[in-house]
Amino acid sequence: MKKYFPLFVLPTLIAFTAAFVIPFIMGIYLSFNRFTTVENAKWTGFDNYVRAFGSSDFMNALGFTVLFTIVSVVTVNIFAFLIAMALTKALRGTNIFRTIFFMPNLIGGIVLGYIWNLIINGVLAYFGVDISYSAKYGFWGLVILTNWQLIGYMMVIYIAGLQNIPKDLNEAAEIDGATSGQILRHVTVPMLMPSITICTFLTLTNSFKLFDQNLALTAGAPARKTSMLALDIYNTFYGRAGWQGVGQAKAVIFFVIVALIAFAQLRFTGSKEVES
Amino acid sequence: MEVKKKANGTFMFILMIILSAIFLFPIFIVFMNSFKTKFSIMGSPFKFPTSETFAGFENYISGIKSAGIGGAFIRSLFITVFSVLIIALLCSMTAWYLVRVKNRFTKAIYSAFVFSMIVPFQMVMYTMTYVITKIRFNDPVGIIFVYLGFGAGLSVFMLSGFIKSVPLDLEEAAEIDGCSPVQIFFKVVLPIMKPTVITVTILNAMWIWNDYLLPYLILGTQNKTLPVAIQIAMQGAYGSVNWGGFMAMLVLAIIPIIIFYLFSQKYIIEGVIAGAVKG
Repeated sequence: MKKYFPLFVLPTLIAFTAAFVIPFIMGIYLSFNRFTTVENAKWTGFDNYVRAFGSSDFMNALGFTVLFTIVSVVTVNIFAFLIAMALTKALRGTNIFRTIFFMPNLIGGIVLGYIWNLIINGVLAYFGVDISYSAKYGFWGLVILTNWQLIGYMMVIYIAGLQNIPKDLNEAAEIDGATSGQILRHVTVPMLMPSITICTFLTLTNSFKLFDQNLALTAGAPARKTSMLALDIYNTFYGRAGWQGVGQAKAVIFFVIVALIAFAQLRFTGSKEVES
Repeated sequence: MEVKKKANGTFMFILMIILSAIFLFPIFIVFMNSFKTKFSIMGSPFKFPTSETFAGFENYISGIKSAGIGGAFIRSLFITVFSVLIIALLCSMTAWYLVRVKNRFTKAIYSAFVFSMIVPFQMVMYTMTYVITKIRFNDPVGIIFVYLGFGAGLSVFMLSGFIKSVPLDLEEAAEIDGCSPVQIFFKVVLPIMKPTVITVTILNAMWIWNDYLLPYLILGTQNKTLPVAIQIAMQGAYGSVNWGGFMAMLVLAIIPIIIFYLFSQKYIIEGVIAGAVKG
């Protein structure tokens, strides 16, 4: 079977190497260089990183992204959990509701951004302003958009988790005289911990890496105040001549943060899937 | 107690109906505005079309003509369909080989695939664009190769996860019967893998159909896909946006997904859960 390597693995490996491995290594190297095209790179050591951390746009984007991520993780998961609880209570039309709530998740980020751009600007028009008037509008606009997009997704995972809880547990607790609040706290939530962990990390990485929605909804307006990290990196690369190296350094920092989150997730879930 | 429970149920039911209306509202608004004249959209998106502001299918016609939406639609469809088919085929082959042939080399390749899943796109976008342009893969056919490279991480990971749970007996029996590895793969392994292959295909299809930045960087504005066309119609217009045509574009981008969803809902939801739990 070994001699079949060229047929079974090589095509995928070549594509993977060209699209990912080489660009990744080049990216790390270029983050220590000053360049305007890949060919004229000059080694500058940590200069790009110093400039990245010294950039107020980048720091602002970092703060905005962290705050946005925290608010989104909390709101999305609470709403998704509550809806999942309601839908597992043998309600009429559960399947139709599930279908509807899940649907926004399938729509792409750019389209999502413009849908909400239309609606939020339509509401703000009654007050004579639009979404670029204040960073607050952009922030809450993004939170609402993310909730609309992710609630259905997380809800589906919570429903699967809730359906896995054995019925006898609830019944036993009821017979012992537990109130519904106590059942929720001492039976449902502990039994649901795996789903809660998955959903928390999914919302976390999705919110942290947000790009398309950010670009379409606010494009950073006003004055780059609503740029998240991914958008700021993009703008540094393609919006400022001579700053490509700083853009690449920002991208490496971004990658390190995302990798740390992924690592924390692995520790948390004790995933057996990923073996050495 | 029974009465209270019933009242509770009715209350919840009504609440869910209201919530559903809120969830559907944004899509409805876009749909409604795609039938309004272009100057009656911005500023008053919540007003129903009147006899004066009703535009019929005019927006769709102008959107398709001016923004090249028809071409973008076909291009998106072409790229998505061929990318997911090639990823499904080549990545199942790769995953099977990596699981069945265990040595230091295959382990290293597998680890590299898993590693790529946690790297954000911004990390490689600039250098990847350079490499792909350099080897002249920056066209609607070449991008399929790029999607294979980027899709390989999650796809190989999920497919190997499944193969690990498949016992060797069947493959060994086929081998004794004189089947070559190629025959074993296509006649024995692939049919068993079908559910996971479907899951992977759906996840990739959703991703590639909706992807914006990668096709924008690789194909530019010459060969725009649907999301790129939408973004350009908005940002490239600098204030003189044809809002009617734009609404029609949004509707055209949403409709295929909703139809696809209504027909394969079960697979999509299962696939998304499987992808979530593993990714």
